[in-house]
Amino acid sequence: MRRWLYLLPVVVFGLMATGFYIGLGNDTNVLPSPLINEAAPQFDLPPLPGHDKGFSTADLKGHVTLVNAFASWCAPCRMEHPALKALADTKQVPIYGIDYKDQSDAALDWLAALGNPYARIGADSGRVGIDWGVYGVPETFLVDKTGRIRYKHVGPLSEDDIKNTILPLVARLEK
Amino acid sequence: MSFPPQSLFSRALAGLDPAIHVFRLGTGKQRRRPPGRARGRRVFTGLGHALLAFAVTLCLAIPAHAVRPDEMLKDPALEARAREIGQELRCLVCRNQSIDDSDADLAHDLRVLVRQRLVAGDTDQQVIDYIVSRYGDFVLLKPPFKYDTYLLWLGPGLVLLAGLWGLGRYMRRQAGMTGPPPLSADEERRLAQILQERAEPKGTP
Repeated sequence: MRRWLYLLPVVVFGLMATGFYIGLGNDTNVLPSPLINEAAPQFDLPPLPGHDKGFSTADLKGHVTLVNAFASWCAPCRMEHPALKALADTKQVPIYGIDYKDQSDAALDWLAALGNPYARIGADSGRVGIDWGVYGVPETFLVDKTGRIRYKHVGPLSEDDIKNTILPLVARLEK
Repeated sequence: MSFPPQSLFSRALAGLDPAIHVFRLGTGKQRRRPPGRARGRRVFTGLGHALLAFAVTLCLAIPAHAVRPDEMLKDPALEARAREIGQELRCLVCRNQSIDDSDADLAHDLRVLVRQRLVAGDTDQQVIDYIVSRYGDFVLLKPPFKYDTYLLWLGPGLVLLAGLWGLGRYMRRQAGMTGPPPLSADEERRLAQILQERAEPKGTP
């Protein structure tokens, strides 16, 4: 009976090592969002100067939408921009932008230089970003037909993310 | 992921750099001592001075709050409540600072939001619940006691109980153990002989 006690440290070590090993794989920059499967927050953002469409909660109803929080001062946003452009060109899902804590002229320059993948852009001073739980741009949300947030991606979207995660989810949510 | 440009961190780093430099200079073992100086005579070497200065600086340090004057509420009671709430909320950009301590833009926005909601008549709990509903439990610096944090809160107690249990077992076993059998007459005699040899060592100069 006493002999199994000698194995105990080995077993405990094994359990801890496994736990820590799994923990190593977690990206600590990505926080779980409590907004998943919740209705998107109520908001009504004005358009950028010179644009005719702003972005409000009502625009999310009736179709699956990719909502992307970005800013011209954000380097990773520039990194993901080509992937968003490519996605917009396929017309598989409309992309709406939240221009987060940005200067409107800088944002307009940015869009003019890199192209505009967004069907709508709302200019946000930061308040609406908080309602979406944004803590560092870029962040991307997938909203279903009923206006419910179904998926959140923190950090720049890659073409692989779009192909392997976003598009299959869009297809599922559109059913 | 990227955050609004902020210079505080880089400024802090820039401020640290000379200190590190001084520290390196002070520890250089290959540094030649001036001739004629005895080892250990100089109490305050370069390193000593740097450490002393560092210690004095630490004594002078007071907690720095990032709350800006233009954010503060006129009503001192409301402002005090806002401070208490701000101390409990994590700045999600810097992670290990409260929003009151953080200079990040998001922390500023959250402080303003907390004050707006207090002015609108929310209770402290309503304000905190609102922010938790956006950012999740992680935004609380003190994790809540609920099903997925039981292990976190109760873990140390469990480890303590396990330790006490092990200690109890060990002590019970020790108490149950009889000591070694008494020495026989022969052993007594040998012991006396050894002790005597120790008392009068032979063959030592």
